[in-house]
Amino acid sequence: MKVKESKFISGNEAVAYGAITAGCRFFAGYPISPSSEIAENMSYLLPKYGGKFIQMEDEIASIGAAIGASIAGKKSMTATSGPGFSLKQENLGFACMAEIPLVVVDVMRGGPSTGAPTSPAQADILQSRWGTHGDHPIIVIAPTMVQEIFFEVIRAFNLAERFRNPVVLLIDEINGHMRAKVDIVDESEVEIWHRPKPENPVGWKTPYKRNEELVPLMPDFGDGARFNITGLDHSETGFPTGDPKVRQQLHYYLRDKIEKNKDKMIKSEYLNTEDAEIMVIAYGSTARSAMRAVEVLRSEGVKVGLFRPITLYPVPEKEIFEVCENVKKIVVPEMNLGQYVLEVERITKGKIPISKVNRTDGEPITPEQIIEAIKD
Amino acid sequence: MARKDIDYSKYLRLEYIPHIWCPGCGHGSIMKSIIRAVDELNLDKDKTVLVSGIGCSSRIVGYMDFNTLHTTHGRALAFATGIKLARPELNVIVASGDGDATAIGGNHFIHACRRNIDITLIVFNNFIYGMTGGQYSPTTPVGSYASTSPYGNIDPSFNICRLAEAAGATYVARANVYSIAQADNFIKKGIQNKGFSVIEVITHCPTYYGRKNKLKTPADNLRWQKEVSVSIHRAKKMTPEELEGKIITGEFVNKSEEEYTEKYERLIIEKAQGKI
Repeated sequence: MKVKESKFISGNEAVAYGAITAGCRFFAGYPISPSSEIAENMSYLLPKYGGKFIQMEDEIASIGAAIGASIAGKKSMTATSGPGFSLKQENLGFACMAEIPLVVVDVMRGGPSTGAPTSPAQADILQSRWGTHGDHPIIVIAPTMVQEIFFEVIRAFNLAERFRNPVVLLIDEINGHMRAKVDIVDESEVEIWHRPKPENPVGWKTPYKRNEELVPLMPDFGDGARFNITGLDHSETGFPTGDPKVRQQLHYYLRDKIEKNKDKMIKSEYLNTEDAEIMVIAYGSTARSAMRAVEVLRSEGVKVGLFRPITLYPVPEKEIFEVCENVKKIVVPEMNLGQYVLEVERITKGKIPISKVNRTDGEPITPEQIIEAIKD
Repeated sequence: MARKDIDYSKYLRLEYIPHIWCPGCGHGSIMKSIIRAVDELNLDKDKTVLVSGIGCSSRIVGYMDFNTLHTTHGRALAFATGIKLARPELNVIVASGDGDATAIGGNHFIHACRRNIDITLIVFNNFIYGMTGGQYSPTTPVGSYASTSPYGNIDPSFNICRLAEAAGATYVARANVYSIAQADNFIKKGIQNKGFSVIEVITHCPTYYGRKNKLKTPADNLRWQKEVSVSIHRAKKMTPEELEGKIITGEFVNKSEEEYTEKYERLIIEKAQGKI
């Protein structure tokens, strides 16, 4: 892979550079800590590539404008933090329902409410999955390292485009503000996906006709198709329908689009898991403390491993089940009071004892805390 | 004034008609007015986008043969702003109701005016939330009855055109369904204006507003519109007391200012690319 340039930048800046490489050409945002550097960097970078940045009047307008730009054919992104993510939920659901590609970055901070604006937390895990109403499809990615953020943003755009679905990228105050050397590469060095469209969009009247991956072949506005997009239950034509059969089928399609393609969405990392008797499951910046804990204990001869889901949703069910099959104990550290652990409990069906390590005091979970839980 | 030689079907999706609007609703008259304006301007249907939010008026997008987008409540202007910025060559028209545009979407309304982005907003003002069963809106007259003001509304009304003017819209006009030909002209000029245009059209909801306010039939409503309307020219000669309870129709703003996407191109893109 040819490196274009190496920069010493924060995770938030890496989001912006990754987005540019991914082909993002529209960003709408609203200032909020600790995500503002993403908007600042996009305002600087986008116009250089002929893209557009706009600071909207609020969080709701920001995601609205980003969806609008995507409907008009631009790869689009918005970024925020907990309270802003709550405000965006209704329009996020619209993008899920209308199947509009979009990347939403949530740089997590403490909650509930205003909480702790510049302190780290992993407070929005369940919100990222179930924040908007209705049974909606969503993809959630939670990278750990600053360099990884750069590449995961590209993957987020690829998944958003390929499956015409919003992708939520969760980072937090730690890896969002942490600085590291990041190798920046051009789009020619990475895999880039574009949204599925009909071969000839002129006169296309079935924007929700699906390809073999169940993804709608939808033209962009202005391509000559003159179709309808709505948040109402709709048929293949994009027009509202009251037909129970068509409505039920739409909801199944939305579910199955994720379910049947989840192997193309799931990405995980395994560290010393093969012979592990104790398994740590950690994601995002907490995984760094978990890596250190595993390293220290391995040097003492403790058979401990780390499973790190990079894609949180769809949940890597098979992967978690398999990696935990032969362990005596599972440790799940999270900077919340226990959110993703609910998925681990569901998958392991209560057969393996789970030790939770939680903290919501605005301080990171330390390797020592995880070591203690493993030894306990 | 209204031309008779128009083939309305050219702009309608006849397969989705009859529409959902109640018998006697004024919204259909505004839809036809939009068609006459668009036809006169000879807009390319493929390059025209119609965006709406939620409410009775928002359902217009299903019936009109453009690129159509039915968004969330109050947010049509935010979506439309993204579309226009992404593809400035598209004609972007937004249809909204009084509640959609000035209550839940009030913030987007004033900021779209402020930016002077080339979008034409048509507000269907029927003084009520029709879709949800007749609750009072920001334009419901004081003293009027609604399903949530059983003792009479005490909230003062917004004057949509004055709000638009104060916030910076470069074309602002008000018409009513009773003299709909005037709306044709204002909508046409609004679309022609390179900037943010607001056309408020007074319409009526016999089902909810009319029934509770002694305007039971569509004809009662049209008569009321005729009685309370005063042209901007006549209004200039009237005292504030005489204007009490009247609705002024006409053009309030028609000025030329640099449009947002053009400014963006000239002041941001060119500057940023000069630095590369």
